[in-house]
Amino acid sequence: MADRSTQGWLLAAVLAAAVAFPFAAEALGAGYYVGVATRVMIYALAASSLNLVIGYGGMISFGHAAFFGAGAYAVAILAQEGVVSALVAWPLAVAVSVACALVIGAISLRTRGLYFIMITLAFAQMLYYFFLSLKAYGGEDGINLAARSRLPGLDLRDETAFYLLVLAILAGCLYLLKRLAASRFGAVLRGIRENEGRMTALGYPTYRYRLVCFTIAGGAAGLAGALIVNQHGFVSPSLLDWTQSGTLLIMLILGGVGWLYGGVAGAAAMLLLEEILSNWTGYWKLGLGIVLLFVVLRAPGGIGSWLGGGGGRG
Amino acid sequence: MNALLLLEQGLNGLQFGLMLFLLAAGLTLVFGIMDMVNLAHGSLYMIGAYLAATLAQATGSFWIALPLAMAATALIGMALEAGLLRRLYERDHLSQVLATFALILIANDLVRMIFGPQALMLDAPRALAGTIEIIPGAPYPAFRTFIIGVGLAVAAVLYWLIVRTRVGALVRAGASNREMALALGINVKRLFTLVFGLGAALCALAGAMLGPLLAVQIGMGESILIQAFVVVVIGGIGSIRGALVGALLVGMVDTIGRAFLPTLLRGFLPNNIADALGPTLAAMAVYILMAAVLYWKPTGLFPARG
Repeated sequence: MADRSTQGWLLAAVLAAAVAFPFAAEALGAGYYVGVATRVMIYALAASSLNLVIGYGGMISFGHAAFFGAGAYAVAILAQEGVVSALVAWPLAVAVSVACALVIGAISLRTRGLYFIMITLAFAQMLYYFFLSLKAYGGEDGINLAARSRLPGLDLRDETAFYLLVLAILAGCLYLLKRLAASRFGAVLRGIRENEGRMTALGYPTYRYRLVCFTIAGGAAGLAGALIVNQHGFVSPSLLDWTQSGTLLIMLILGGVGWLYGGVAGAAAMLLLEEILSNWTGYWKLGLGIVLLFVVLRAPGGIGSWLGGGGGRG
Repeated sequence: MNALLLLEQGLNGLQFGLMLFLLAAGLTLVFGIMDMVNLAHGSLYMIGAYLAATLAQATGSFWIALPLAMAATALIGMALEAGLLRRLYERDHLSQVLATFALILIANDLVRMIFGPQALMLDAPRALAGTIEIIPGAPYPAFRTFIIGVGLAVAAVLYWLIVRTRVGALVRAGASNREMALALGINVKRLFTLVFGLGAALCALAGAMLGPLLAVQIGMGESILIQAFVVVVIGGIGSIRGALVGALLVGMVDTIGRAFLPTLLRGFLPNNIADALGPTLAAMAVYILMAAVLYWKPTGLFPARG
C-alpha cells in the first residue's frame, strides 16, 4: 500500500470530491443521488460505530440496530412533543442511546462468544417489541416526522445542506475513531481483543474498558439514528428489527472488519449494490445474497483487503 | 371458567414450546457440534412448510405430503451442508453470519420466484378438523392435540437416539469436545451431514405442523428463528435436554404472558397503564427471560461442554 503522504493526498482528494458531489449532481440534474449519498453516509456512520465494537473491541454484537433505532425514535418522539431543535434533540438522542448501551453492555459483557452474540440480539428484540407496542407513538406504523430538525444558520430541508452536515459529522466521527484507535485506550482494547487473560493479569480492568468501548459505539449509532430519521422523515420499529442489526453487520464484514474505513466502504458497496440491482430486477436480494456468498468464500477480508487496508486485524 | 382458560392456554404453550423444540433441536446440534452460527435454519423451516403445502395440494393428502416434504427438506439440507456450509466450519463466527444471512436472502427470493409472492394455504387433515374433550367440558382443537402428541413423540425418539444409540454417543462426543472426537477417529464429516439432514427434516415437520395454524409465507422463518435461538441459548448450546427445557419455558412464558399478563397487571396498576404495559411486557417476556438466564448462568441452563 501507499506510504503516508500518498494516503493523505488520496484522503484529501476523496473529501474534496465528496464536498463537490452535491453541487455537481444538482448541476447535472441528478439531485436524487444527493439523497442516496446522504443515506449511504448515515449507514456508514452506523456501520463504523459497529466497527469500533467488533473490529477494535473484539465483541461481536448482533444488536447494534437497537441504538440506531433508539436514537431515531428519540428524535421522532421529541419532534412529536414539539422539540424540533437539532441542538436539543440530537444530543438527547445520543444520550438515550448511550444510556441503553451502558445498561445492555453492563449485562451482556458478562457472557462470551456465541452467548454474547445472542444476548445482544435479545436486548435489541426487547427494544423492538417495546417500540412496536408503544401505541402513543405510532406502534407498528411508526412516526412520520413533520419536518426535519431545525438548526440555527443552516436550512436542513435543503438536500445539499443536509448532505454537507452529514458529511462533516461522518468525517469528524471517523477522525475521532482514528484517534481513539491510536490512543492508549485503543491499545488496551487491542490487547484485550488478542488476549484478555493477559491484560487482566497486567492489572487492566478489562470489563470496564470493554463497556466504555461498547457505550461509545452505542452513542455514535444513536447519532446515526438521529440523522436517518431526518433523512427518511419516518421511523418505524422495523429500524430495530434483527435483520437491520444483521444488515449493519454485513456492511461491516463486506467493507472490512477492523479497517478504519471498513464501515464506509461496506455501507457504500451494499447500498449502491441494492440501488443498482433493484433497478434491474425485482429479485435483487437474490443477487445481493450471491455477491455476499462470493465475498465470504473468495474475499474473506472484505473490500479492505483488496485495497490493502484491513489494518486492525492481524 | 378461569381454570379452563388456564388449561387451554397451558396446552397452547406446550404445543408452541414443542414446535420450537423441533427447530431448536437441529439448531443446537449444529451450533454445538460444528460451532457454527446457522441463520439459514429458519429458511429450511420455510422451505419445509412450502413443500408440505404444495405437495398437500398436489396429492390431496396431508399424510402423503408430510413425509415427502420432510425427506425433500432433509435432502436439501444435506446438499447445502456438503456443498457450502462445510467450508465454513473452520471460519470465524462473522463469516458464518455473513454466509448464512446471504442464504436467507437467496432462499426468500428463490421461494418467491418458484411459489409466487402470495401466502399458501395448508389445511389441517380433515380427520383432525374438529375438537376433542381432553377432560369433560373442556373442548380443545384436535389438530393442536395432535401437534402436542407429535412433539412429545419426537422428543422421546430424539432422547433415545442421543442417549441410547451409537450415533447419539458420537453426536454427544462431538458436542462436548470436537477435537477429541476427531482425534479418536470418528468420521465427523459424515456425522455432520447426517445431523444437518436430521435437523432439516425436523424443520420441515415443524413447518408442516405450524402451517395450518400460522401462514405459510416468505419470511416466516425469520421471526421463529430468533425464538429458536433464544431456546438454544437458554438451554445451553449443544444440549438436546437444554433445548427441550428451554423450548417449554419459552413456549409457556410467551403464551401465558400474552394471555394473562394484561389482566394480572390490572390487579395492581391503574387500568390505562396496565393496558399499555401488558402487551409490551408480554412481547418482551421471552427476551427478558433469556437475559435473566444468561445473567445468572452465562452458558445456559445445561452447558454441553464440560
